[in-house]
Amino acid sequence: MAEALTTHGNANAAEHADYLDYPKGLLSWLTTVDHKRIGLMYMWSVMFFFFVGGMFALLIRIELLSPKHTIMTAEVYNRVFTLHGAIMTFLVIIPAIPAALGNFALPLLIGAKDVAFPRLNLTSLYVYWAGAVMAVVVLVMGGVDTGWTFYTPYSTTTGGGVTLMVMAAFVLGFSSIFTGVNFIATIHKLRAPGMGWFELPLFAWGMYSTALIQILATPVLGITLLLLVMERVLGVGIFDPQLGGDPVLFQHFFWFYSHPAVYIMILPAMAVISEVIPTFSKKTIFGYKAIAFSSVAIALLGFLVWAHHMFVAGMSLFAGAIFSFLTFFIAIPSAIKVFNWIATMWRGSISLDAPMQYAISFLLIFTIGGLTGLFLAALSTDVHLHDTYFVVSHFHYVMAGSNLIALLAGIHYWWPKMFGRMYNETLASIGCVLVFLGFNATFLPQFVLGSRGMPRRYYNYLPEFQSLHVASTIGSWLLAAGLFLILAYLLASLRKPKTAVANPWGGRTLEWEAMSPPTMHNFDGQPVLKHGPMTIAPTAPWWAWKKRHTERGRDLRDVSNEYSDTYH
Amino acid sequence: MNWFQNWMLPKAAATHAGDVDGLYMFIVYLTIFFFFFNGALIFYAARKWKRRSDKEVTPHITHDTRLELIWSIIPLIVVMLIFFWGFKGYVKAWVAPNDSIEIVVTGKKWVWQFEYPDGTRTLNDLHVPLNKPVKLVMNSEDVIHSFYVPGFRLKRDVIPGRYTEMWFTATEPGVQQVFCAEYCGKGHSDMLARIFVDTPEQYEVFLREGDEQVRKMPLKDLGKLVYENKGCATCHSLDGTKGQGPTWKGIWGNVHKGTDGKDYPVDANYIRQSILMPQAMVVQGYEPIMPTFQGLLREREILGVVEYIKSLQ
Repeated sequence: MAEALTTHGNANAAEHADYLDYPKGLLSWLTTVDHKRIGLMYMWSVMFFFFVGGMFALLIRIELLSPKHTIMTAEVYNRVFTLHGAIMTFLVIIPAIPAALGNFALPLLIGAKDVAFPRLNLTSLYVYWAGAVMAVVVLVMGGVDTGWTFYTPYSTTTGGGVTLMVMAAFVLGFSSIFTGVNFIATIHKLRAPGMGWFELPLFAWGMYSTALIQILATPVLGITLLLLVMERVLGVGIFDPQLGGDPVLFQHFFWFYSHPAVYIMILPAMAVISEVIPTFSKKTIFGYKAIAFSSVAIALLGFLVWAHHMFVAGMSLFAGAIFSFLTFFIAIPSAIKVFNWIATMWRGSISLDAPMQYAISFLLIFTIGGLTGLFLAALSTDVHLHDTYFVVSHFHYVMAGSNLIALLAGIHYWWPKMFGRMYNETLASIGCVLVFLGFNATFLPQFVLGSRGMPRRYYNYLPEFQSLHVASTIGSWLLAAGLFLILAYLLASLRKPKTAVANPWGGRTLEWEAMSPPTMHNFDGQPVLKHGPMTIAPTAPWWAWKKRHTERGRDLRDVSNEYSDTYH
Repeated sequence: MNWFQNWMLPKAAATHAGDVDGLYMFIVYLTIFFFFFNGALIFYAARKWKRRSDKEVTPHITHDTRLELIWSIIPLIVVMLIFFWGFKGYVKAWVAPNDSIEIVVTGKKWVWQFEYPDGTRTLNDLHVPLNKPVKLVMNSEDVIHSFYVPGFRLKRDVIPGRYTEMWFTATEPGVQQVFCAEYCGKGHSDMLARIFVDTPEQYEVFLREGDEQVRKMPLKDLGKLVYENKGCATCHSLDGTKGQGPTWKGIWGNVHKGTDGKDYPVDANYIRQSILMPQAMVVQGYEPIMPTFQGLLREREILGVVEYIKSLQ
């Protein structure tokens, strides 16, 4: 960057320094309103809690190497799986892609300087940290043993820090709502001139659908958790039958948020994949509108299927049938997306760089995750498989496998943009293969375990289940090895000089027009959209610039001149 | 492919289980097919259209309505088929025939209690006649549990403050494993029960005199069986470790100190009282949480427990 400054003799250093370096100091990071810095701080926080939640996962798997006591007692085991679930859900998966990657990439993708409400954005990060601190306090106090679902009346009658843990989830909900509000306003108001709704990159459509759920569903979780706290602290009878309440009501309330929350987890993953696949296939996305509308369809349908978590919970036959029927409709937009992604690769120019390897890994794992959902949407098979390891495996394929691998695809995709540095690509391939094999080795045996009748959240189990548990545990070590390798080479890359070019992958969305890493204000001037992702042949430039760009190469200046009549 | 199904699913042991298994295997093959179908397409594309030069130009294809309709409608037809198949099985397992034997099931941390039409009660062992419809009317005394019989492909939550029902006609003689499938705390994974599927004659004898096998067993072995199957193992250890209740190892002939400060020698009468009136005397350092087994154990079973504890030196 320094070179650029001296060459052009620009007086205003701040405008041209990259956002990582200027302004300097910890305080400048903690008080920043820059979406990129907030995105990175979210990313490191999520990674930290992913590490904590992952350690709990490894402990669970080691305990399950043998029936009964292996390394911990039943009480400890129940706390460990609760914390694993609560941390992974509320502190990792829900914020992972929207708050970390979304914050970093969304404004860049739509040609904006920042999100619509930068201060609200920083607030959401602090609210997230506040919720995280509460969760850590609970952990230090000895944890909770309710399971992350907090089912009543167990959760209202058991001891431990349930109230504080529930309040932590309540607070974290606000962080999620703030991000959602911000993204909706940003996509509505800050799109580059010329960028209509159908010129939006698909990542933005995914973020928009996610934000809709965050805003509409999260308040219901907040209300539910407050009611739970009221019952615990004040003894108001809402869910506990001994106080005149209804325990199943809690399940309705809880899943009314928590099922749409599954789509808070998967829609952003699909959004990342919709960017990565066209870039590395060097081809226009196939069926842009189908993918965009299927995101919205999934978001809306997601509100109508919550009770498919309760087919054996004493609901009426009629309600069960309705919820099963509606649930199957979610399968259609998901299938459409998968086929559209594959069709995008068709007749493309496919480059198997690290992000594309992760995207392909996502496609395979999401195929399994999606299809195994059919077993659980169908009424008669769900009765057998509900609350067994089959369910555990299915939701890990979707929430952990698909979401996590899409997060890795996104991190590998935008890493050079975030830090101006490239990671070691050989190690990235090894990491990708290890994660894919490790993940499947961990969770494929669990499908069989569940089908054979092994219930979930079991500390002790019958001897006939042991061999599959051992296989799953060995798989978890492979998966952990892959994830540690990824962490290692990503961190190692930060010691390299910033040599990444602006557009290392040949991407055609706007973030690749900014420098790597971008300046604080992203673009040197307001980019103006000339063509949408569907309306022009792949090699032609898309962008004109309102202000003449002083630092760029000839090509863009030519484009700028070419369209100057229209936009100046 | 029978071995494949036998590996994935426990043996079907109730009338409607076959239908569930049919749907299950259909979706298994569907999943396997689409996994390899998608995988093959992806790897074919990645090989055939691998990037050879950065200057490559790709065709400009935005969409294909015909193709997109095909891959929307075919999945729609498939999932609707699965919906109706699953719905059919669910309805069949919903309404119990009028001539069902009704057994009341009570779940509590962490035991299952069964009460038969004639008033017989058992703990963690449910006896049902072969090929006769049985209806379970279930209720919980504390938190939510879930009565899960993998061999019958059946599961239903057991909820405090309301009754839930479940029915089946067992088609395989022998024993079926029952699990609690809704997380209920410390003893969740030990909240197991067994269903003994008896011939009609065996069932009659059971109602009259109790389990035949049990009647012929030596007392010590009977005590061990009671320990394993009636929930004692959840709280009392055999190796000296402290559980929810005192260990059974080496207590015979020793002295237990009660919360009232007095000493109680552990003998046959002491053990009998602890089983039938557990709150009468609680050992120091433990909470008065043991439920009474009055009416749940036969006389001979109590004697068995005494003999078993005697043997644990």
